[in-house]
Amino acid sequence: MSEAILEIRHLQKSFGKNNVLKDIDFTIYPGDITSIIGASGSGKSTLLRCINVLERPSGGEILHNGLNILDKANNVTAYRAKVGMVFQSFNLFDNMSVLDNCTIGVTKVLKKDKNYAHELALRYLTQVGMEPYINARPKQLSGGQKQRVAIARALCMQPEVLLFDEPTSALDPEMVGEVLDVIRTLAQEGMTMIIVTHEMAFARDVSTRTIFMDKGVIAEEGSPQQIFTNPQNPRTKEFLSRFMNN
Amino acid sequence: MTSVLPESFIGKVLYLADHYGSAYLAGAKLTLLIALVGTAFGCLIGFVCGIVQTIPVSKNDSAPKRFFVKLAKLVLNVYVEFFRGTPMMVQAMLFYYGFIQYTSYRPTTTLAGIVVVSINTGAYMAETMRGGIFSVDKGQTEGAKAIGMTHFQTMLYVILPQAIRNIMPQIGNNLIINIKDTSVLSVISVCELMYHGKAVAGTYYTTFESFTIVSLIYLTLTFVCSRLLRLMEKHIDGADSYDLATTDTLAHTSGMVKYPNEPKDGDPA
Ligand SMILES: Nc1ncnc2c1ncn2[C@@H]1O[C@H](COP(=O)(O)OP(=O)(O)O)[C@@H](O)[C@H]1O
Ligand SMILES: [Mg+2]
Repeated sequence: MSEAILEIRHLQKSFGKNNVLKDIDFTIYPGDITSIIGASGSGKSTLLRCINVLERPSGGEILHNGLNILDKANNVTAYRAKVGMVFQSFNLFDNMSVLDNCTIGVTKVLKKDKNYAHELALRYLTQVGMEPYINARPKQLSGGQKQRVAIARALCMQPEVLLFDEPTSALDPEMVGEVLDVIRTLAQEGMTMIIVTHEMAFARDVSTRTIFMDKGVIAEEGSPQQIFTNPQNPRTKEFLSRFMNN
Repeated sequence: MTSVLPESFIGKVLYLADHYGSAYLAGAKLTLLIALVGTAFGCLIGFVCGIVQTIPVSKNDSAPKRFFVKLAKLVLNVYVEFFRGTPMMVQAMLFYYGFIQYTSYRPTTTLAGIVVVSINTGAYMAETMRGGIFSVDKGQTEGAKAIGMTHFQTMLYVILPQAIRNIMPQIGNNLIINIKDTSVLSVISVCELMYHGKAVAGTYYTTFESFTIVSLIYLTLTFVCSRLLRLMEKHIDGADSYDLATTDTLAHTSGMVKYPNEPKDGDPA
């Protein structure tokens, strides 16, 4: 097995007295596609937000290439540039065109020149099928189109790992497919990803490992086959049966 | 004067406009100059104050940084409260006569006027800007942080452009208020429109007629300015529709992916 990209060790997060994450442990290797499932409020978003330090964990360690990025001495912004994030609500920059959304991080954060950024943006916008829209503003796009641009924006940073927080939950049903297709393509290309999703069939097909979260802990983890067809933990069984029946 | 003052109201107004047109115009020019420059500098001051007011401090920051940010915020609060809590006319008196009585520096009345309007506008814009920054959706900050932008970059490229766009109507309001409120600067003898209006009124006892002209000029100035600002807002918002980039469709080489809604023309939903 190659070197781990991320090692999450005893990660904890509490909001006041509310312990949202309790002692989370897992490791991400290059090429891993980890799907995270679990009931609403179980701490899935908080976990992703802690992983790229949008939320500061209350305890534990996040080792990135062996260095704990939660040490005060370590540069969080430089780390974030290497960990991409795709949000449920897209969070595209409303004041910029589709193209500028994709180039701004490359020129301002990675400090690459404009031509390079432009080329990169076009490559990834083409990959997600959005390059005809380079001049559009986010407000002029449909949800599915916005999310595809958001994925291209994250890819332009050429991240080591890409985090998805329910990327299709805010979409009209007919747009879910176009976004899942893009993620599927990334999976085929070997992109390392952590995907929080309620699309169970998609999670089963695309991921190499599935984590079931319950009340702030990893209640069960294993291969998708294991979790979806032969869950051991009663909570997992209950969640899946409730979910499949809906 | 070669001609006699007519009897009728219209006659008097036309007479004053004819004989003192250049005085009114000079006044209008100075009014506009002070209002424009004062609003511009006021916005700059307000932007800087608003940005400082919204610097986040967390327990992870060093003690000196926390101290200086808190101190700066305190100083700015005092500034905002003082200049919003006293009339601009009083501020003009304090500023101008403060220099005259206690220093050897003699500011021109125009300069004093511009400074007072700037500082006064800055106090209002500081609050407006702070609100404008907070009004930008939190998701915008998260999107920026997620690609590794620093707080400064996030502000500069993402938040401020949107905050400023959101407060454009208030900037316009401030400009219009300033065009009107420069009239109080006549207390330190700034030769703006009000000052000339009074001077002409006193010459012939034609107060009503002179101020009819003055009010028409103020109205014209404020109307034109508000229209121009509206145009600027439209310009910032960009075109209603966009052009689809015309690229070779065969360039979709990633043929594995099919997109249900292929590029339509114009403006999809
Ligand atoms: N910023 C916050 N402040 C306080 N509580 C929060 C905050 N964010 C999340 N929580 C709480 O943490 C718990 C887990 O939330 P979340 O991670 O969003 O769950 P999930 O994504 O699995 O639905 C919830 O009880 C939620 O109310
Ligand atoms: Mg969530």
